[in-house]
Amino acid sequence: MKRRDFLKSVSGLAAGAALPAMPSVLSSAKADARSETLLIVSEGGPNNLDIHGVGTNVPGYEVSWNCYDRLISHEMKSGPGGVPYYDRDKFKGELAEDMKIDDMSVTFKLKKNAKFHDGTPVTAKDVKWSLDRAVTVGGFPTFQMSAGSLTKAEQFVVVDDATVRVDFAKKDRLTIPDLAVIVPCIVNSELVKKNASEKDPWGLEFTKQQTAGSGAYKVVKWTAGTEVVMERNEDWVGGPLPKIKRVIWRMVPQAGNRRALLERGDADISYELPFKDFQEMKANGKLNVVSLPFSNGIQYIGMNVTKPPFDNPKVRQAMAYAMPYQKIMDAVLFGLGNPMFGAAADKATEVAWPQPHKYNTDMEKAKALLAEAGYANGFETTISFDLNFAGVNEPLCVLVQESLAQLGIKTTINKVPGANWRTELNKKEMPLFTNVFSGWLDYPEYFFYWCYHGNNSVFNTMSYKSAEMDRLIDGARTAAATGDMAAYDKDVKGFVDLAYADVPRIPLYQPFVNVAMQKNISGYQYWFHRRLDYRAMAKG
Amino acid sequence: MLTMIGKRLMFAVPSLIGVVIVTFLLTRALPGDPAAYFAGPAATKEAVEQIRKKLGFDKPLIEQFFRYTNDLAHGDFGNSLTTGQPVATEIRNRLPASAELTLLGLIVSVVIAIPLGVLAATRPGSWIDHLCRVTTTAGVSLPVFFTGLVLVYVFYFRLGWSPAPLGRLDVFYSAPPTVTGFYLIDTLIARDVEAFRSALSQLILPATTLAVFSLAPIARMTRASMLAVLASDFVRTARASGLSPSTVIVTYAFRNAMLPVITTLSMVFSFLLGANVLVEKVFAWPGIGSYAVEALISSDFAPVQGFVLTMAVMYVLLNLVIDILYGVIDPRVRLEG
Repeated sequence: MKRRDFLKSVSGLAAGAALPAMPSVLSSAKADARSETLLIVSEGGPNNLDIHGVGTNVPGYEVSWNCYDRLISHEMKSGPGGVPYYDRDKFKGELAEDMKIDDMSVTFKLKKNAKFHDGTPVTAKDVKWSLDRAVTVGGFPTFQMSAGSLTKAEQFVVVDDATVRVDFAKKDRLTIPDLAVIVPCIVNSELVKKNASEKDPWGLEFTKQQTAGSGAYKVVKWTAGTEVVMERNEDWVGGPLPKIKRVIWRMVPQAGNRRALLERGDADISYELPFKDFQEMKANGKLNVVSLPFSNGIQYIGMNVTKPPFDNPKVRQAMAYAMPYQKIMDAVLFGLGNPMFGAAADKATEVAWPQPHKYNTDMEKAKALLAEAGYANGFETTISFDLNFAGVNEPLCVLVQESLAQLGIKTTINKVPGANWRTELNKKEMPLFTNVFSGWLDYPEYFFYWCYHGNNSVFNTMSYKSAEMDRLIDGARTAAATGDMAAYDKDVKGFVDLAYADVPRIPLYQPFVNVAMQKNISGYQYWFHRRLDYRAMAKG
Repeated sequence: MLTMIGKRLMFAVPSLIGVVIVTFLLTRALPGDPAAYFAGPAATKEAVEQIRKKLGFDKPLIEQFFRYTNDLAHGDFGNSLTTGQPVATEIRNRLPASAELTLLGLIVSVVIAIPLGVLAATRPGSWIDHLCRVTTTAGVSLPVFFTGLVLVYVFYFRLGWSPAPLGRLDVFYSAPPTVTGFYLIDTLIARDVEAFRSALSQLILPATTLAVFSLAPIARMTRASMLAVLASDFVRTARASGLSPSTVIVTYAFRNAMLPVITTLSMVFSFLLGANVLVEKVFAWPGIGSYAVEALISSDFAPVQGFVLTMAVMYVLLNLVIDILYGVIDPRVRLEG
């Protein structure tokens, strides 16, 4: 009872007479609370509130993003369809009020009045401790930090109470952007240290259950698998005070119900719905549906190039001509994706990624190429996909299967449970598979480094190795770091061309992130992590 | 009585030990590597190994098992990786949600099914017998998630009579202080009538869904067992002695027909408790079934083991209760016990 009275009085003060009169049958306290509360429904929820934790899942990133601050963040620009889209190249201070980049280091001055949720001021010590933590705890956070050549605690230096310097291990264009991703968040070091133990020196058990940051929101209640309740931090200095006071994030496993909740006006915002639902909701116009391409992301068909028949480039090219591209766009995605195929034959390669290749569905060419490779009568193979994304993957694989059957290629579909998918990818034994890769850092060489380089990372799912490819990728990385743009452009064009001539993987489309929300919700922003940023949102 | 209970509990011990061993081995035999799963989308091989070490999955199986049983003996069910919480806490929080829903569904079902079965048995071949047959057949042949979705579609989406299918309480109510874990009872203890109404209205659709599904076994069993009893000698004697039909049916026939019905009830209850996963999914119900299934999908061993163990204990207790109930209903069983 008390809580509702409280909400009533607070929201009454804030909204006053500006609120339209609600039907009197509704409890007015409920209506007022609703107007300042964002109700999000999604399939899954966080398993850990700290991105540095062991195995924190993607919904957990959303909590971290909104409840912790980083030194810097990105500016917004106008994206496709006028939707605010993060600007890859422009940074602004979040906890830092000033950033000075020197030749081999960058220095941050902290905002003076920045405070953690418990009221202790944010100091350079906290920043160092947090960055040390990110490069030391192991697992995903450490891996992500290393993507920007941030690997050692010695790189983070406390200059004075309000100044921190980050020393570069080597020249790397990705170091600064890597400081603006979710991982290098600043944690309340004193509070966490108090709750750490010898076995758990970084206090991961503590921050798993509660947020200890300085961010715009703090978690006030978390029931795993059911809901997360967040409240605004009134003293936030990272940016303008957010308009939404309270965020209630409920897990609703049934996609149909999530849509019903949206259409009835009970929920404010949802994602993770089937494409068909999004497309229908778009068409009937009762809700705002935002569809934006994944930055630096591609759904592709991969082929294991170490084993026959896919060790033969002719077979791979035949496969690229045999993909039912347009059918996939229409029947699987309902148009919600950017085609990555069928570029005009005379189109010059751009210094951009992703960009479409020049293959089209052409069964005659595919047949001819197969015959040249000595497989005129086809062969037998298995196509694997991740069951976690069966909504897209299953119909996609069926279409591919049908199409390949026309070439005499008999394909068996292998459904891999989500828990097993990564293990299977790691083994690098699946002959044919579909998968998505998308990088947080939106740079072509970053994508290629993970997906095509001969050092054979997890994402080089095809086990592709080419000395020429490695030379081009390394060349582009060095050129980017030293600012030699002519060499950079040449190398990027080179590796894109090579990737499309050799086709170890066949790009199909650039997936969309789809979000449906009520008409009165504004301020949605697209971020590289594709999760919601509540800080810019408003209701009414 | 006490010796009987003691004996029954003793018999349960070996089966519980068996359950512990089998679930442990089964979860280990599942395909999928939890370390790779939880290492996240961008993990290197080293990162996966680091996580495996942290989770203790690099140890030999036998050592893992001893550690597990040791923890169990101390009441520690381990930690869930998907939700990040201790399994014991989660089960304690979620079991009442499932139990409240299942019990209410069962009560609704019993209130409808038993009179229906009795009426159908007393007038075989009449319209009420046909009604009984049609409803039970329909109920059992409609998959629960389908019934649930249809109910949501009609009563929430179309008519707007029912509240949003968002779990146990409206989003803007806070949960009552936990006493029993049953919101219907806890809200009354807290004297929060509004929250009680909200909890009840949230329960109606899922409980109805479960009731529709469980109507069939109860009604059919009541009907069959009533038919058998009504055809027996003592009923004929009672009728011949000129007792009123209601006395014959309620006092003589019904009590004797209860035994198989009770057995069915216990079966239906334990079955519903574990199998209402789909209802829980449809209504975003924070119950134990959906918890176990989600854990299973992500190869999260601890909750699966905890769930199976809890269910085994529940079965043992339920069977005990049923045995005691037998004794109350039928004195002959008491003597043999």
